[in-house]
Formats: sequence, C-alpha cells, structure tokens
Amino acid sequence: MSSNFGSMPLRYRISIDREQCMECGRCVENCPYGVFRWDGNRILINSRNCTACHRCLTYCPRDAIMLQEHPCDYRSHPVWTRSVRESIYNQARTGKIILAGMGSVANLPIIFDHLMLDACQVTTPPTDPLREPVELRTYLGKKPAKLEFTQKPNGDVELSTELTPNLMLETPIMLGHMSYGALSLNAHVAMARAAKETGTYMGTGEGGLHPGLYPYQDRMIVQVASGRFGVNVDYLERGAAIELKLGQGAKPGIGGHLPGEKVSADVSRTRMIPQGSDAISPAPHHDIYGIEDLPQLVNSIKEATEYKKPIFAKIAAVNNNAENVAAVARSGVDAIAIDGFRGGTGAAPRVFRDHVGIPIEVAISTADQELRKQGLRNEVSIIACGSIRESTDVIKAIALGADAVYIGTAALIAMGCRVCGNCYQGLCSWGIATQRPDLVARLDPDVASKQIANLIHAWTLEITELMGAAGINSIESLRGNRDRLRGYMLDEGLLEILDVKSVGA
Amino acid sequence: MAKQVKIDAKGMHYTPLNQQIRKAIEDGADEIIVDNVLGQRFIGNGLRGNATIRVNGVAGGDLAMFMSGPTVIVNGNAEHAPGNTMDSGKVVIHGSAGDAVAHSMRGGKVFVRGDIGYRGGIHMKQFETQRPILVVGGSAQTFLGEYMAGGLLIVLGLDGVMKAREIGSGIHGGEIIIRGDVDEACLAAGAKKLPLTEEDRARIAPVIREFAADFGLDAEPLVNADYTRIVPASARPFAGKYTWE
Repeated sequence: MSSNFGSMPLRYRISIDREQCMECGRCVENCPYGVFRWDGNRILINSRNCTACHRCLTYCPRDAIMLQEHPCDYRSHPVWTRSVRESIYNQARTGKIILAGMGSVANLPIIFDHLMLDACQVTTPPTDPLREPVELRTYLGKKPAKLEFTQKPNGDVELSTELTPNLMLETPIMLGHMSYGALSLNAHVAMARAAKETGTYMGTGEGGLHPGLYPYQDRMIVQVASGRFGVNVDYLERGAAIELKLGQGAKPGIGGHLPGEKVSADVSRTRMIPQGSDAISPAPHHDIYGIEDLPQLVNSIKEATEYKKPIFAKIAAVNNNAENVAAVARSGVDAIAIDGFRGGTGAAPRVFRDHVGIPIEVAISTADQELRKQGLRNEVSIIACGSIRESTDVIKAIALGADAVYIGTAALIAMGCRVCGNCYQGLCSWGIATQRPDLVARLDPDVASKQIANLIHAWTLEITELMGAAGINSIESLRGNRDRLRGYMLDEGLLEILDVKSVGA
Repeated sequence: MAKQVKIDAKGMHYTPLNQQIRKAIEDGADEIIVDNVLGQRFIGNGLRGNATIRVNGVAGGDLAMFMSGPTVIVNGNAEHAPGNTMDSGKVVIHGSAGDAVAHSMRGGKVFVRGDIGYRGGIHMKQFETQRPILVVGGSAQTFLGEYMAGGLLIVLGLDGVMKAREIGSGIHGGEIIIRGDVDEACLAAGAKKLPLTEEDRARIAPVIREFAADFGLDAEPLVNADYTRIVPASARPFAGKYTWE
C-alpha cells in the first residue's frame, strides 16, 4: 500500500565537480549502495542511496566528489524536529518499530567531557614517565580478601592462599564483543591480531568462534548469550575467558536478531544454525528466570571448564545498576562488564537506543561504590564499555572505579569505519560490517590490525603521560581515585552520585 | 570387559562429585554408577566420550549441560534444565523433570518418562547432521517449544493429560509432535498445526521405538497412534515487525 508522502527530502546529496572529474569510475566501483552508475561515458548520481560512508570521497583521485548532509531544509522547529517528523512519516507509512544502526544519537550531555583530570604542581611534583615507569598492567578476576603464608623449615615463606584465574592485560583497554556475522572475518582477524600484539584481549560477541581465529584463541573472550549460538564445550575451552551476555547498553531489556540474509555459509557454520535462518537471541536467558538462577549458570560453566577460566558477565546500565551489579557479583563471576546507554550495536530499535539506560560514568561509579559498601569489590573486576572514545575516557572511567574498558566503535573507526550507521544493510563499503566476499576483501587484516594496535599504543602512551603528570605510577593507584577528578558544570546531585568534587573544591 | 566405577554421593558437594565422575571417565570407565544422589547439580556437565553414567536419586539442575557424547540414565527425577545446551549423547530420566528441559539443545536425545515443567525444548536448534530430540512420556507444561529453531520434540501424554498452552510461541524451525489432537487455542502465535503424514510417522517411528525400549513400554500402539504436528507458520517470525530508520 502506498502513502501520500511521495519522496522524502534527501538525507545526503552527492555532487561531482565535473571540471575535476576524469571519469575514472572508481566511485562507481567503490560504492556498494548504488549511488553512481555509468550512462555511456558519463557518471550519473543517485544521492538517495547514499549512506555517507565516504568510500567514494576516499577513492576519488581528484577530490571531485562532495557530500552534503540535509541539503533540503524543513521549516525549522524546536519541537517538531526533522528526526521527529521523519520518524512519524516512516511509521505512518509502515506501522512498524523503527530499527537504527550504531549507538545513541540523542543529543545529551556527555559526563566524561565535564570531568577534569588532576595534575601535580608544586606541593607534589609530577613524575617523568620517561624515567620512572608507570605500570599499566592490569589483572582481571577475583582477588583474595586476604593472603595466607606458610613458613618452610628453611625459613622461606610461601603463599598458601589458592588464587583464582585472572586475565593479564598489558594495558587496560580491551576490544569489546562484536560478533562474527555482524562483522566480517577480516575485521575479526584484524582485532585478534591487534589484541595479541598489544597484550590485551578481544570479545567474540555471540556469533561463535570461526576456525580462522583459533590461532588467537588465547586472546579471545568467548561470549555465551541467550541464543547460545556456536556454544559447545569446545568453544568454552578455547577461550581465555568466558563472558555471559545478560544485557547490552544499546538495547537494554531486549534480545538480538541477526536476519537470515546475513547468515552466510560460513556464519552458519560458526553459529551452528542453518544457512539463511534468522538467529534470534531471546530477551532473557531462558534458564535464568530469577537471581538465584544466575549462579547456577555461572557455576555450570565453571564446572564444565573445571574452574580454569575467569567468567565475566555483561549487563546494560539501567536505573537499579548498583543492585544489579551487587547481585551479579554474588553469582560467582570474576568480572562484570557494564555497558552504558551510548553503547554501539549493528541494529537496535531507535526508541531503546536513544531512550533506555543510564550513562556509563554514573554506572561505573555507583557499581564501584556499592561493591565497596558490600565488601565485594575484590570479588569482581569492573569493565566499562559503551562509548569509550579516547584515552581520557579510559582514565576517567578507571578513576571512577573501573578496572579496564572495552572499546567497540573506536576500534571500528580505527579500521576505517565512518560511523554511517548502516551496519544493518550488510553492505559496509569498508569491509567491516558485511559478509559479501568482494567487500570483505577490501579490508586487509594486516593493515587494519596495525591501525587498531596503533590506536591502543597511542592511548596507552597518553594514559602514561596523564598518570605521570598526576604523580601516579601504577594503575592500582588510579582505580577509584575520584580525588583526581573534578566535575565542571555538573549539578550537585550528579556530583554526589559520582562521589566527585566540583572544580575548585 | 566393561569397567565399572561406583560412587556414593551421599552428603557430597557437586564439585568433588563431578570431579570423581570426570576422573573415572579419564581412567577409562565405561559405566559409572552414582548412588544416593540428592539434588547435586551439573552431573555430566561438559563431559566427552561414550561412558554411561547411572544416577540413582534426584539429579540437580543443568544435568548434562554442554555434554558431548556420554549417556546419563537417571533413576529418579531431574531438576531444572536437564540437557541444557547439550551437544550430543543421551539423557534418560525415569521420573519427571523441571522447567526448561533441553534448553538450547543442539544435538543428542533427552527422554523423560514422566512430566516436564514449563518451557520444555525452548530454543532447541539444529545444524547439518545435528538434530536434537526431546521425547516426553507424560505431559508438558505451558510454553512448550518456545523459540524453537530446530530439532524434534515429541509429547506422548501417556497419562492422558496434556497441560501445555501457548505451544510454540516464536517457533521458527523444527517440529513439535503431540499424541492426540491439540486444540487450536493451545497454539501460540507463530505456530500452526498440520496432520501427521505417513512419511512423518515413518520418520518418528524409530524414535518412539527407542523411547519405548528404554522404558519397557509397548511401542507399536504408540507408533500407530494419532498425532498432531506443530510447525512454524513462518521461518521469519519477526520479519514483519521492523522498519529501517
């Protein structure tokens, strides 16, 4: 059934400077969305198909292509914004839930940007990281509440407390869970190599573990989500750690859904489902219907893997975050990843992406405070995720109480992603979020892994410098050290929740 | 000669119990008899090989979860989710079982002589040669075969009762076969019922015969009984729900 809306105003307009253009056709070859086509020896443009992925601009040898967002104005209105109006047109035409790609686009203040870092001056001098080492090595997992020692007859002392397995990270930055299926194999291989090179770990997401990643399995955190795709005992044994996905920041409270179109032969083998079938992850784990069921699942995985690996749980940051975190900490897990409301996704209902959940800064701080209050902080490590954009976000998250962070979108951007938000189309021109072989081949894992490793190195250097400037020589001394933060233009209520003083105080 | 190991589980925590079972398998046991089981969880969890584990008593939650190969025979009832995310092998329960039996199971067989709780066979799935089978002798509770993505689920209703409502909600693969007629009102949205063809009957007959043999039942009346076959109305239950931004 048609509507009376006709053509909507263009989202993007692509233009070619015909004086510059030499009709080489690279734009036609590079655009998977069908913006460019040959008409005899002239290149025609269909701007309506454009996603602003920038592939054509990048590969135009003459800088002849230009992109303009929203070339057509609506009457401006502060209430009935373009986004509101276009959503109404869409739903009036279709009667359906609107799905959108990547993280929240809600224009809300970012708390990280209102937290200022401390530095030393005359009362205590800064340290020089070139001369004095700054220790970023991080261990994720349970720490004993106390240590016991025995003395041998010859006087030597040895540790008698039994330690539980931890993951050792050379830098507190990990690559977060994005599944094979949502991402291409080349993107996964690039992330795995970067994790190995930088001494950190990457998450598999819930799509199983492709055999191409077995060489890096000691750098992989294998995920068990409600769909249990690709999960068997072999998968659990391959991972360095196992993560139970209980929630996702981009869409708290709902499950996931990989459409059948993306379930290629290879994805089907890795997920262990028939080719072309929908991969539906229910909202809850259907063997967890209450808080007492969670320890059962955690212990079941520990029994199956003989207590050899740390078990993580990932939850979305929501209103009763502190209670959720305390409940998960008591289930026996070794680390809790908390995903803030700006977390990324291949696809999520727009209303969830933009309206459900709380900021990661608040969730980390309240989790850390609640765990300390309940005497549980040593029982679990905390991993912050959901829109960690730069090294200062990492350092602020740690000062608010996190042990480490997961990065997702930042790693994709390091591989070339332009945050066009069309991951769900499966046509990613950069070869990142697609399964189409010719597009996947565009992403060279050697090049992409180097770029991700460069990003992690660069952030690590910046963190080292910032810590040195603050006179902090080990990550343990930064963790939960809110005194090294000050809130700028944050209200009194929020400062109290964060347990951070105002600038000037 | 088959090697048999006996374990007395009386008063034992599940971790040492499961360590003993694992050790017995590593030492080459073909049959492990575990007596006095009283709710210990995770028996058979993540085990490989082809040993037979006989559980005398009540098995606790997540029996045979992630199991890949062995056979577990329970002379008693089983708690929550036996056969959870199981890969291959067989679980035979001579009593009844709790909720979420065969949850996300991807291969092997779970046979329950008595009743099962809610959400039986939820999200069972199949891939290539792996096709899980759940057969229930008694009745199943509501949300039977929810989110089912593959495999075969048979409910025989041997005690003349069939309690399941909302059968197959969100089902998008596999099949549920229930002895006797099933009222349309008991089907959830997304499920539809079909008559059992003679080809279907020939396909399920070996499964029913195996079940009958395990529990000492007369197979042929069950093989020849009337059945209702419930399948997905669509392989894409959510396809019509969304539009893109």
